[in-house]
Amino acid sequence: MEASVGYWPVKEDKVFALQSQQTHQMRQNYIYRPQTQPITHTTDPIVTGTSVLGIKYKDGVMLAADTLASYGSLARFREMQRLEKVGNSTLIGASGEISDFQFIMEDLNKVMTQEFVRDDGYNMTAPEVYSYMSRVMYNRRSKMDPYYNALVIGGLNAAGAPFLGYVDMYGTTYEDNQIATGYGNYLARPLLRKYQRNDMSEEEAKKLLEDSLRVLFYRDARSTNKIQLAKVTKDGVVISQSYELETNWDIGKGVSH
Amino acid sequence: MNRSMYDNDITTWSPQGRLHQVEYAMEAVKQGSASVGLKSNTHAIVCAVQRSASELSSTQKKIFDVDDHMGIAIAGLTADARVLCKYMRTECLNHRYVYESALPAQRLVTKIANKAQINTHQYGRRPYGVGLLVAAYDQKGAHLYETCPSGNFFDWKAQSIGARSQSAKTYLERHWKEFADCTKDQLIKHGLAALRETLSTRAEDKEPLQLTPENCAVGIVGVDCKFTILSGDDLQKYITELEGGDDKMAE
Repeated sequence: MEASVGYWPVKEDKVFALQSQQTHQMRQNYIYRPQTQPITHTTDPIVTGTSVLGIKYKDGVMLAADTLASYGSLARFREMQRLEKVGNSTLIGASGEISDFQFIMEDLNKVMTQEFVRDDGYNMTAPEVYSYMSRVMYNRRSKMDPYYNALVIGGLNAAGAPFLGYVDMYGTTYEDNQIATGYGNYLARPLLRKYQRNDMSEEEAKKLLEDSLRVLFYRDARSTNKIQLAKVTKDGVVISQSYELETNWDIGKGVSH
Repeated sequence: MNRSMYDNDITTWSPQGRLHQVEYAMEAVKQGSASVGLKSNTHAIVCAVQRSASELSSTQKKIFDVDDHMGIAIAGLTADARVLCKYMRTECLNHRYVYESALPAQRLVTKIANKAQINTHQYGRRPYGVGLLVAAYDQKGAHLYETCPSGNFFDWKAQSIGARSQSAKTYLERHWKEFADCTKDQLIKHGLAALRETLSTRAEDKEPLQLTPENCAVGIVGVDCKFTILSGDDLQKYITELEGGDDKMAE
C-alpha cells in the first residue's frame, strides 16, 4: 500500500522516492514531499494579476487595474486586460489567477449569450451578475477547488443606480462605494475612503484611481505603471485603452547609500 | 362519450388535425369554478369564487402565492394545480437564490407552458387538467398570463376562465379600457364585479348566488405591494361597496 504523499513536479530534481520499483520511473522527476504538508494544486496560482480598484461616482461606476499578468516574480504578460464587460451594463475586474478569470469570462459570456438568444426584453443587471458569481465562487471553494480570484463587479442596478460589489475565492462578498483587491486593500483603500464621494465627477474619479494605482506601482512589487480604466454609465460600458502613468522617483535622491 | 375513434391516446391525431385528449383536458378547465384576472399599469389581480363542497366543508382554495411578485388563480383539477404551483415556487426560489432578484413572469410562464406541452407529446402521459391565471409584477410592469393544458400561454389585459366565465368576459370587454389607470381599490372592485357575473342564478345548482367575504378571494400584486391574498374581512368593504349599488359597476 502506498504512503499518501504529495508530489510537486520539478524538472531538475532526481530524488528517488521511497516507494516500490514500479513507481520509481514515475517519481524520477518529482520531489518527495513529507506527509506534514497538504497537496495544494488547486490553491497555488501560477499566472496572476494584482489589485483591482473600483469606485462609485456621479454617473455610475469606475474600475481600474494595471495590465500586468505576473508569472511569480516575473512580469510576464504586460498587456493583459483584467477588466471585461458582461452584457451592456456590467463590468468585472479580476485579480488572482488569470486562467480562472478567463474561464469565468467564458462562463459569463455563455450566460449572456443565452440571455441574448432568449431575447425577451429582460437583461441581467450588475447585482444579478454579482449574486450569480458569489454562488459560483462559494460553490467552488466548498469543493476545495476555488477560482483563485478576487472579483470586482460594477454596474447599474435595475433602478439605474450605481452598484459595486466584491466576490473572492472564498465566496466572501460585500458591496460598498469603494472596492479594492490585493495590495489595494492596504495601500489604496485609505485613499479611496478619504477622497471618494458618490457625486464625484468623472475627472475626479479618474484622478483618484490613477493616484491610487500610482501608489500601488511604487509599493506593490507585482505591479506595473501601465493601467486601464473602465466605466459603466447609463450609456453603457467603456473600457479605455491601456496607458502609462507618470511616476516620480525623486524621493530616491533622499535615500542615503 | 366517445367523440371519435381518435381520442383514446394523446399521441393520436384525428383526421381533422385535432388532439382530442388535449381538448378534453381543456374541458376540465371549463368545468372548474370561475377565476378572473385583470391588470392596470401598476397592479395585477386575480379573483376567484371559492366553492365549498357542502355546508360542512371549507371552501376550495383557488388562489396561490408563488413569490413576492407573483401569484396564480386556478381553474380545473386542483391536484394538478398544486403540482404546477410547487414547480413555479421552486423555480422562483432557485432564481432568487442564484440572482437575488425576481424571476421575470414571462420566463416562468414559458417554462410552465413548455412543461405542459411535454405531457401532450408522450404516450402514456396525460395533459395537466388545469388552467392558470398568473398575476405578476416585475421590472417590466404588471402582467397577466393564462396557461392552458395544451401548452399555450397568452398575455392578457383581462381574462376569465372556468364555469360561466363568458359572463365575466362580457363585463371585462365592456370595461377593459378603464383598467389601465385604475387605482388598486378600483381594480379590485372591477374584479369582483366581473366575478359576480359568473355566479349561478339558479338555486338548484347549490352554488353561491351572491358574493360574500367567505366565498371569494382576491390576489393582488403591484408596484407598492407584494402578492397578497385578500379574503374574509378584507373583502367585506369591497363587497359592500359593490352591493351598495355603484350603478356603473352593476351594469
